[in-house]
Amino acid sequence: MTPAQELAVREKKELATKEEKTVPGRYYVPYADIFETETALTVVMEMPGVEKKDLDVALENDVLRVDGRIDFAKYEGMEPVYTEYNVGHYTRSFTLSNKIDQDGISAQLDDGVLTLTLPKAKEAQPRRISIG
Amino acid sequence: MTMALFPDPFDTLLTLQQALDSFRSSGWLGSGPSGSGGYPPVNVFRKGDDFIIITEVPGMKKSDLEVQVKGNTVRLAGTKSVNYPEKAALHRRERLAGRFDRAVTVPVQINPDGVKAEYRDGILALFLPRAEHDKPKSIQVA
Repeated sequence: MTPAQELAVREKKELATKEEKTVPGRYYVPYADIFETETALTVVMEMPGVEKKDLDVALENDVLRVDGRIDFAKYEGMEPVYTEYNVGHYTRSFTLSNKIDQDGISAQLDDGVLTLTLPKAKEAQPRRISIG
Repeated sequence: MTMALFPDPFDTLLTLQQALDSFRSSGWLGSGPSGSGGYPPVNVFRKGDDFIIITEVPGMKKSDLEVQVKGNTVRLAGTKSVNYPEKAALHRRERLAGRFDRAVTVPVQINPDGVKAEYRDGILALFLPRAEHDKPKSIQVA
């Protein structure tokens, strides 16, 4: 990877869903990286402006759902004069395979980046089979 | 709750702004050295006499951010890196890495000694106080 590359601006991707939200405000899809090592699957998501207390990670029926809410109270008393990006909540969900050890999932939020580590279930980890 | 009354102030403004974009060459905000459209996208707010620039740069370290102020221009520079562990198979890669360097101009002179920069939860906020000599004087009517 060359660090000299210039960063380009991308429009935030707004969430398109069939269900409607009960709370006002826009929802965006956070940019995510997913990578896999021998022992775990890691999901990294960018959710700038989301505090730990406003983050909700839930697992239900093999669907991992992340919901990060923005505290708009921070913008009170400020008059916007020029905007280049929109501010909204973040949500994204992934369907997990049953090869994940669902009790061992851990989450870490640093500098607006959420890292979810999903350890693989024992039976899904690579094994060496000895030939008898 | 105020949010119910004003469902989305950003949306309203963004729509208005797109309509006015062509008109913007009149340069109320002035076109800075890099003008608009660079990374990172910024939102500019006014609070009384002072200006606030807010930008989203998630995953950066404070030490990788560089902020400079001169006159009425703020320069934002830095390098954003995204790291993966060795021997990992990448399934999805949407986060971008790279460097950026852009200048943003505000319509007032900034007092460089009073500038505060805060980085929290991936958001960089710059508080730019208007320079004392740039503030309008109130004249007492005799």
